[in-house]
Amino acid sequence: MQTFDLGKEGLRALNSALHALKGQTNMTDWEIINPRGAHAIAAGVDAPVDITVRGSTGYYCAGMNKQATIRIKGSAGPGVAENMMSGTVIVDGDASQYAGATGRGGLLVIKGNASSRCGISMKGIDIVVHGNIGHMSAFMAQSGNLVVLGNAGEALGDSLYEARIFVRGTVKSLGADCIEKEMRDEHYVILEELLRRGEADAKAKPEEFRRYGSARKLYNFNIDNASSY
Amino acid sequence: MTEFPKTPPRFSATFTPAVNAEIRRAAASGIYDIRGGGTKRHLPHFDDLLFLGASISRYPLEGYREKCATDVWLGTRFAKKPIHLDIPITIAGMSFGALSGPAKEALGRGATAAGTSTTTGDGGMTEEERGHSKTLVYQYLPSRYGMNPDDLRRADAIEVVVGQGAKPGGGGMLLGQKISDRVAQMRNLPKGIDQRSACRHPDWTGPDDLEIKILELREITDWEKPIYVKVGGARPYYDTALAVKAGADVVVVDGMQGGTAATQDVFIEHVGMPILACIPQAVKALQDLGMHRKVQLIVSGGIRSGADVAKALALGADAVAIGTAALIALGDNDPKWEEEYQKLGTTADAYDDWHEGRDPAGITTQDPELYKRFDPILGGRRLKNYLKVMTLEAQTIARACGKSHLHNLEPEDLCSLTIEAAAMAGVPLAGTNWIPGRNGGW
Repeated sequence: MQTFDLGKEGLRALNSALHALKGQTNMTDWEIINPRGAHAIAAGVDAPVDITVRGSTGYYCAGMNKQATIRIKGSAGPGVAENMMSGTVIVDGDASQYAGATGRGGLLVIKGNASSRCGISMKGIDIVVHGNIGHMSAFMAQSGNLVVLGNAGEALGDSLYEARIFVRGTVKSLGADCIEKEMRDEHYVILEELLRRGEADAKAKPEEFRRYGSARKLYNFNIDNASSY
Repeated sequence: MTEFPKTPPRFSATFTPAVNAEIRRAAASGIYDIRGGGTKRHLPHFDDLLFLGASISRYPLEGYREKCATDVWLGTRFAKKPIHLDIPITIAGMSFGALSGPAKEALGRGATAAGTSTTTGDGGMTEEERGHSKTLVYQYLPSRYGMNPDDLRRADAIEVVVGQGAKPGGGGMLLGQKISDRVAQMRNLPKGIDQRSACRHPDWTGPDDLEIKILELREITDWEKPIYVKVGGARPYYDTALAVKAGADVVVVDGMQGGTAATQDVFIEHVGMPILACIPQAVKALQDLGMHRKVQLIVSGGIRSGADVAKALALGADAVAIGTAALIALGDNDPKWEEEYQKLGTTADAYDDWHEGRDPAGITTQDPELYKRFDPILGGRRLKNYLKVMTLEAQTIARACGKSHLHNLEPEDLCSLTIEAAAMAGVPLAGTNWIPGRNGGW
């Protein structure tokens, strides 16, 4: 295992070393110590490696991740795994605002709670939150799945497009054009798989969830819907 | 009975026929007017400035003999690989989606042949554009349509778009008519729906966050790429200062004459400031911070000629960007399509319903039947010619002012024709040394 002391060697040296990992490499296990809330830790990695961050991170940890599995043994600041393309990011603690924002692929797992705007503008990413999520989550979410074992805050799924939202607990309120939808067989299959991959299958079962999605009434502007915006 | 002459019909200056027509249109449709382009109202502009030229106190350079350089460096503050352009006239961001693929290709061809850069837009980076643009600026927008680290790394610079001059504070709108299969796929949205691009970035708010966002982009691209920050002409002094504080290499200020693919007419016409008022404020912010020429300033919005370029540079900009003018050079609004413009209820040089996707010139459309009318090779050649002419014009003026480089032009080379322009541009009214608000003058 490669151990990288971020406190001693600095962010640039870390990301430079991680970006040098192209294609096949036998340096597949990395441990980052002393992260001390630094921003942009392991941002832009593009290699099938395992990275463990021992501590909490600042903004944009694992931003635009491709292929890598990144575990944060602490909490994550705003924008963890923003615009992730593929791979997996697992946060042991809580995540701040905009977790998984605009993510286009891969899996983001948050074992604690996520703050507001979780999954904002998501474009294909799957997000599994073991705890609760804050207000305006999945705002303008385009595609992918957001799974919440706990409760959701206000205005869930406001103006969303084709993303699916599964919530086990309560939803404080739904945003514009977001409605509860029927759980069909294919949704149980998707959810079962996501709970398993999200290390949550021991905590919850698919039949405990409700599904939310777009009513598709705001897809084309209609003056009669102006009060909905 | 004696017949007296009747009062001739008199139109109101407030309720003009155009105003009344808009009231009737609104009453009939129940929806505001959406259109493309920039403001059409009369504004104080570069036309209100003149160059003084050389005289006894300054001697000119020989027009066809003495060198007047035009090159510009962009991104020298932090980027490992700053951009070096032959001319200080760049192509502004315009999206694939708003424009056809061949139109984007033509912009790349023309810009490359003229030695300058072109810029992506809200639809992500296309192969047409990357393939034909030697220097390509990749926009980082609130929507993040198509955003990915590979395109970030194959760009030559990154432009974080906070706002644009046509609609400072507004997001984008691409109506369903233009959402073809390819556009829908690039944006990861269903075909045929209206696409609303957010007005704020999804994962940062405010200048402190922006600083961290820029750090992330630099880390992802290993500090190679210049990072631009683009703002609409709202509060240029503070926006420029905050962009510098956040770590920008280049600040782009877009005045309200700057165009858009589509937005509400009321937004285009009533929000923002003219570029003439923006440049001195942005330059002052850079000077106050000791960063003028260290952080480069690109200005845009209503740049049409080499004279406009020279005036913008004389006021302190490092480069300009053109959008609307580039489209016209490609063939947009050309009178040769007049018959078809008439069928659309408009006329050449006034067509602005770009959002409908029925552009007779085949530029602002995704309709294959229309865009195959447009030849990207010829379009690229026309753009190159236009850029060359603008450059020659700017050089002509600079030499007349005794400058061996366009960047040596300065406010002292200018005078204003109107009190408004004198106040906005900070350039004395012609025949006086009076700058309203600054000194007593004579």
